[in-house]
Parts: sequence; C-alpha cells; structure tokens
Amino acid sequence: MTLLRIRNLSVDFATATGKFRAVDGVDQDVNNSEILAIVGESGSGKSVSMLAVMGLLPWTATVTADELSFDGHDLLTMDQRARRKIVGNDLAMIFQEPMSSLNPCFTVGWQIREALRVHLGMGRRERQARAIELFEQVGIPDPEKRLSAFPHQMSGGMNQRVMIAMAIACKPKLLIADEPTTALDVTIQAQILDLLASLRDETGMGLVLITHDMGVVAETAERVSVQYAGQKIEEQPVVPLFETPHHPYTSALLDALPERATEKRLPTIPGVVPGQFDRPAGCLFSPRCKFANAKCKAETPLALGSDLGYARCFYPLNSDERAAS
Amino acid sequence: MLNYVLGRLLTFIPTFVGVTLISFSFIRALPGDPIQVMAGERGISDERYAELAKQFGYDRPIYVQFWEYLTGVLQGDLGNSFVTKRPVWDEFFALFPATLELSICAMIFAVLLGLPAGVIAAVNRGKFFDRALMSTALVGYSMPIFWWALLLIIVFSGNLQWTPVSGRIDLLYYFPDPTGFMIIDSLASGQKGAFTSALRHLILPTVVLGTIPLAVIARQTRSAMLEVLGEDYIRTARAKGMSPLRVNGVHALRNALIPVVTVIGLSVGTLLAGAILTETIFSWPGIGKWMVDSIFRRDYPVVQGGLLLIAVMVMIVNLTVDMLYGVINPKIRKR
Repeated sequence: MTLLRIRNLSVDFATATGKFRAVDGVDQDVNNSEILAIVGESGSGKSVSMLAVMGLLPWTATVTADELSFDGHDLLTMDQRARRKIVGNDLAMIFQEPMSSLNPCFTVGWQIREALRVHLGMGRRERQARAIELFEQVGIPDPEKRLSAFPHQMSGGMNQRVMIAMAIACKPKLLIADEPTTALDVTIQAQILDLLASLRDETGMGLVLITHDMGVVAETAERVSVQYAGQKIEEQPVVPLFETPHHPYTSALLDALPERATEKRLPTIPGVVPGQFDRPAGCLFSPRCKFANAKCKAETPLALGSDLGYARCFYPLNSDERAAS
Repeated sequence: MLNYVLGRLLTFIPTFVGVTLISFSFIRALPGDPIQVMAGERGISDERYAELAKQFGYDRPIYVQFWEYLTGVLQGDLGNSFVTKRPVWDEFFALFPATLELSICAMIFAVLLGLPAGVIAAVNRGKFFDRALMSTALVGYSMPIFWWALLLIIVFSGNLQWTPVSGRIDLLYYFPDPTGFMIIDSLASGQKGAFTSALRHLILPTVVLGTIPLAVIARQTRSAMLEVLGEDYIRTARAKGMSPLRVNGVHALRNALIPVVTVIGLSVGTLLAGAILTETIFSWPGIGKWMVDSIFRRDYPVVQGGLLLIAVMVMIVNLTVDMLYGVINPKIRKR
C-alpha cells in the first residue's frame, strides 16, 4: 500500500534575487515498510522535498503539488493544527547533525517524554517506562541514567540514537532520515544504519533515507530515487540500479564509487549542480553529461517509462535501443 | 560550587579596595569641603577654618586619612555623617529598603513586559509589531530619564490626576515600618486605603526607572530569540509536532534566556545605583536621593560609605546572577 504519495511537487524559495526552484516536479511514492533511498549531490533538493512533506520549510518557501498525501490524509489542504497531530506522531524525521538537533537546555529524557505526552497523552510513570524501553530498543546502555543526561554529555553517535528513539517514540508509520550518518564516523555510521534497518524489520514502518553516499544506498535501501538539481531523474529497485543504471548521471555517480574504480585515478563528474543563475536550458544535466548533444541542450527530456527507471533522458543507457545502435 | 563562590568572594577584595579609593579621592577632588559648606555664604575666618580642619583631621596628609578610613571600614565603621552626626551604616540601611522596593518593582515591570515583547517581536520578525516595538524600544532607551519622568507627571499626575506627584505614601497614613517596604508595611498595618496609596505612589517611579531596562531586555530577548530560532533543535521540536507556542515559548525561550539573564543582572546593578535621578524627581526617600544631597553638602563619610555599600550590593547581585547561569545553562553546570 502506498503510504506517502507525491505528485508534481515543486518548492520555490523567495530570495533577494528572485525565485529559486529547489524542487522541480518530483513524483514519489513510498510504500509501507519499505526502505527508499533518495540520493543526489548537495543542492539536488532531496532534503527540501522531504522537509516540504513534514511542513518544516521556512516561510520563504512556496510548496505546490498536484498531490501530497500521507496515509490517506491530504497534506496540502490540511490545517496546521491537524498536521501537527500527524507530524512527530505517524510521520517522523531525524536529521544530519545529532549534536545540534537536540535542545541543549533540556535532558534527553525530557525531550523524549515531551513527545509521548503531547501525542499520546501518557502519564508520568508510563512515559518514563516507555522512554527506558525506547533507549533499550535503540541500544543505549544504562538507559535510566542516560535519560537524565544533557545532549552535550553524550557522543554524536549516542545523540543520533536519542534522535531515533525520539522519532520512533510514537511508533510512526514513516520515518524520514535526512543524512543520518553524515556527521558520524564510519564505524558508528554502520551501527546507525543497522539500527534503522532492524527497527524497520521490527515495527514495519516505512523508511526514507536521504543520502549522498552510494555505499549507504547499496547496504540499506530497497528502492532508490536519484535526484539532480531538484528533479527526480531516475528511480529503480536497488539491484537493477547498480547493475543497469539508465540515466547518465546515475551511471557517473556509480563510476565515482571507489569500490568500482578500475583505473588508478577515481573518475569524477566535472562541474557542479546548477544553482539559481546557471540553470541550463534543456536537460539540466547536459552541461556535465558526456553523451549530451544539441537536442539535450535545447529540449527538456520527460520521464521515461518504468522499464527505463523513469529516467529523464533522451538517450537512456542500458536500453535495448542504445545497445542496438 | 562552594569553591566557585569562595573564589568569586576573593575577587571582591581588590574591587572593594578600588571602590574605596575611588570614592575617597573623587569626593575630595571636588572644589569645596564640608567646612566651607557648613560655613555657608557668610564665610569663615582662616583661624577658625584651621581649627575645624584639625578637629576633623583634614590637616593630616591625604594617605594617612585614607589609611585611617580604610582600617575603619574593614572594622565595619563607615564613620558618621557630618550633617546628621548619625552613623553612615544606620542611615544607609534606613533608606536602602525604599530603593530596593523601587528597584524590584522596576525590574519586575521591565521583565514582565520586556520578555514577552521580545519573544513576540522575534516570532513576527519584520512585521508591523516587530518594527513598532523595536522603534519604541529605541526611543525608550534614548530618552532622557528626567524628561520622561516630567512628561509622565504632567500627563498622569497633572492632567489626569491618576497618580500622586511624589513621595512614597500620602501624609494621612502613619504606621510602623518593620520591613521598610512600603507596600508590605502598609498592608500589614491594616489601615484602610494605605496599601492603595502606597501602590499608587509606586506606579510612576517604577515606570520611569524600569523604562531603560525594559527597552534593553526587549531588544536583547528579540535578538537572542532570532538567533535561537534558526537552530537545528528548533526544527527538531517542530518535527516532533509541537505547537508554535511550545516551540517558541519553551524550546526557544529557554535557550534565549541565557544571554537575557546576563542583561537582567547588569540592569539590576544599574538600577540599584542608578535610581538617583528617579528618586530625586519623585522625592523618593531612597539612597539615590540621599547620595545626591550628600554630594551637595560635601558630606565625605556619607558619599564614601554610600558608594561603597552600593558597590557591594552590585557585586552581590552580579555574583547571584553568575550562580544563576548554572541553573539556566546546563553546559556550565557540570563540567
């Protein structure tokens, strides 16, 4: 069943120099108890689209969409009060920087119990018991003692576990993890990803993993959506995506993985993601694409069918057509 | 914590000596001296002047005078007033409750209005309320206090006749003052109308004295809130589905309070010391007015002792505020 359904989502930011489109016509489905990874470079709009789902964008942002629904609720027409009953309850999110994402003035226990009180209306004892249970679930040793600690007294990895405990406190149906491991060191990264995957197995919640790390995607995700400059340019289940990427950008991203490098020098994608002022005409990736021709630079490609991973490309890779030519 | 407090108390010693030295030398740097003031316009013969100077000990070298004063102070003897002949110590503590009462009321006024105003302005950044409030605060901060006081007196005491012009209470009432706080004593006396009268006398001085701290607190709260509202943990609180009231009033304000408490602490210091103008305008019988009168009379012991005691009060307030940090900011508490 589709838990989150996004159709033609766009987000514009009002800036001093005019409008900036951070997310451009994105379609996305997330099903119950699946792990969807959204990958892309910095500035590709992956976080912004999910912040739009959460309703956490600053007031300078304008969100437009044909459809934005979660678990049967239409998020576009819903008033703020009703939305707050869903956000933090059925729909939860964790962030990149665990150290700065927790309030330094309150104990971690207080911050967890707050969610339990506001959403579930639990009593004092019940809240404490549930908080201890949650800490055990996310693997924090000595939970009773740790609950009275302040965020600055714990490590980054522990704080991310606290964030996860807080996010799953109300048993959400969907958890959005925005680069949850970027700020952590490698051994802790693996632990946090394992924890998220095992929590998914236990609770059956859906999981959206926003990342720019293809290694993380390969290890954890089931389905992958690739974003570039605010557009979704390809989406496939994880194994076919790694084996037969259709969009040249996906292919270039995969080539840049150290594990896949065949030459001594690691291949890179030249250039950067276009910003507000250097948005190209035609295909947004064309300035950096080694296959691009005049048509790519003039016309905007539309998304192809599911057999070609919805790739936004005139000349998809690994298609029968290209193989024939 | 005990070590911290003891350490801080040790740093009081140089400040204490410094304040003593400054108050001792500044009042002597002014032209004239107590003997000339006592003699008044009639003047005094040189022989008589020398005789009196000898009697008061002013003929001796200045450092000997300072040393005597300092040893006296360390033994708890601040000397006697030239004018009233009463110990400075007694006079100070007879008048201090009036200043304290006024300062506390002014501070409550400033905090109760300043904090919410700053928060609301920050939340509605750039909108009408924010702009209106911040320009008002700037006016409040820049306005000369005596002029503001006179304006209020003209409007509320003169034209509208809502409040009395000066003093702490109507002359009709007389009752013992065990605490020295007029609103408490008037209530305790049980006399009809005494409390209301005391309260009405407090209103204008409170507003006048509280105006600058109010402006400072509102502006500081606003800027601290603006900084905090951009933090990641505010986004987390919103991601938890907390209402705007809770996000701004609990998650953000709690963090914004840390710099605001600093400002409040500093304001309390200036209030205790700076009530001079307000007390003079409203004939409020506190230490501010007492100090001004003493300076005009060149009442050396009173000026020296008064300044010293005020400085000690300010130091105690600052120490208290520093200890409060630990309560408000967990990062300082356990290190």
